[in-house]
Amino acid sequence: MTSASTASRPELVCPAGTPAALRSAVDAGADCVYVGFRDETNARNFPGLNFSRKELDEAIGYAHGRGAKVLVAINTFPRAGAADLWHRAVDDAVGLGADALILADIGLIAYAAERHPEARLHLSVQAAASNPAAIRFYADRFGIRRVVLPRVLTVHEIAALNQHIRPVETEVFVFGGLCVMAEGRCALSSYATGQSPNVNGVCSPAAHVRYEETAEGITSKLGGFTINRFGRAEPAGYPTLCKGRFVAQGKASYLFEEPTSLNTLAMLPELIEAGVTAFKIEGRQRGRAYVAAVVQAFRQGVDAVLAGRPVPDLDLDRITEGGRQTTGAYEKTWR
Amino acid sequence: MPENIPSKPRLTLGPVLFNWRPEKLRDFYFRIADEADVDTVCVGEVVCSKRSPFIAPHLPEILDRLAASGKEVVLSTLALVMSKREMDQIAELSGADGWLVEANDVSAAALAAGRPFAVGPLVNVYNEGTLAHLERLGAVRVCLPAELSAAAIATLAGGAAAEIEVQAFGRLPLAISARCYAARARNLAKDSCQYVCADDPDGMVVDTLDDEPFLAVNGTQTMSYHYVSLLAELDALRAGGVRRFRLWPQDVDMVGVAGLFRETLAGAVDPAAAAARLGALCPGADFANGYVHGREGHAMVEADG
Repeated sequence: MTSASTASRPELVCPAGTPAALRSAVDAGADCVYVGFRDETNARNFPGLNFSRKELDEAIGYAHGRGAKVLVAINTFPRAGAADLWHRAVDDAVGLGADALILADIGLIAYAAERHPEARLHLSVQAAASNPAAIRFYADRFGIRRVVLPRVLTVHEIAALNQHIRPVETEVFVFGGLCVMAEGRCALSSYATGQSPNVNGVCSPAAHVRYEETAEGITSKLGGFTINRFGRAEPAGYPTLCKGRFVAQGKASYLFEEPTSLNTLAMLPELIEAGVTAFKIEGRQRGRAYVAAVVQAFRQGVDAVLAGRPVPDLDLDRITEGGRQTTGAYEKTWR
Repeated sequence: MPENIPSKPRLTLGPVLFNWRPEKLRDFYFRIADEADVDTVCVGEVVCSKRSPFIAPHLPEILDRLAASGKEVVLSTLALVMSKREMDQIAELSGADGWLVEANDVSAAALAAGRPFAVGPLVNVYNEGTLAHLERLGAVRVCLPAELSAAAIATLAGGAAAEIEVQAFGRLPLAISARCYAARARNLAKDSCQYVCADDPDGMVVDTLDDEPFLAVNGTQTMSYHYVSLLAELDALRAGGVRRFRLWPQDVDMVGVAGLFRETLAGAVDPAAAAARLGALCPGADFANGYVHGREGHAMVEADG
């Protein structure tokens, strides 16, 4: 394993749910690509996604041949009595030459640190380490080198945090789907469907989604609960639980969050100034065209900031959810 | 009662998660101290640090009254710790002499390490490896996350050195956020929230567009609409090694609820009769037990027969 970063040039960490998406991301300028195995050991355990051992082996060869790194997310919480599946994932990822493992569970991190002391470990966003004491816990006890920050902190808080946790690096999400709850601390999906990110690696899973036609239009449901309703002329969005419309205080609204995508392209200078080491793009479930478009945009953005130029005004509207964008928790007014 | 069931299950009254007015909270704890048949009472603001200043003046008398009643008192820490002020608060609590601290974030467990502490249900303990590591740090009690099945609970409890606790009554804490939904629902920002969550002493009910009650909002926390009730599962969980059950304070007669769970644990009332009495104690509430049955959390699985 190699050292993953320098302080001066932030890394662009890009998603790949398939070998084709990985090649697209590398070709579009990704410094790192993160992937998962094809089972419940990772938080994007969707049908038709992710990598076999053989595919990961080939993907690492492709990336390393072009100067890019491959990070393997093993970031669900091992099932009681069945940790072997997660242990094998750790062993195999290290054996195949992954540049870092992205882990969330304390027990699994302890296993990885003990069995593979040479391995570079990153703390997954699913661990929701939001403060210096929590981050130091993972760094001091297990040698975690980088923490992917939960999407709850403002840019100012991230800058202050970086002062406290050096030399631990921080990685922040800059684009894509937006969790509004602290990640890894949300059981809304299993409350409605029995399946959760922490246990099953899925949120609002497709197998529990129904679209029902009514006189007014289309109703989207998750686990039998109505999540949203659309007029005949509107496109019916996917019923992600926390992006639904609900009734509280006598009025219907997007109570938790609108169907929107995180886009912090314009904030890149502030995030670099805050001392962030790596920028993460969400979307291992996305196709290769999406991945290539986002990676190219952020590659241009990061390179422009580093060259002292303004961030180019790149239009990502056509690929954001519902065409709507937010800077999320990075600005305090979001709260 | 089968012999393999340990004889003395314990009851914990979890921390009040809602923003009750200070006088109401004080009077609640006084009554709990004087009348409730529980072994342990957790005290402390878990959900939003903005609420802490209001209860602070009353805390000493609450702690004194509870301690004088002979109940064990546990200090529960904040779940989502972000600011320096919140960090300082956690550090102070975690170092408090003479009190058992319940960590609701890894930060508090890290700061309490090296001496006995409890782990709350908002810390992710899903498997033996994590449990063992926390035990090595000093965890003597672990209240498990809501979404575990009875099989997972038994696997953990069977090998645990720490006392394993399960959430047995009340709205389940399901998620925590930096954003305040009580404020958002009233077109307010968190910074100028006017503490409107105090208007929701049992949570703000969230309905679907089809008027089906679904969730409950408690400021930055999202909870189940249903009250969990494991009255019918107590014996099976005890046989699996669970030694302690948590009752979450709701805005109902919690002395009555605690007494009912105690009677049921003692075998003095059968689960069906107990369920009927719980319904009477919680007017209008719907109950669920899905998670322990390996189902969706809102499900209610009826007992066999």
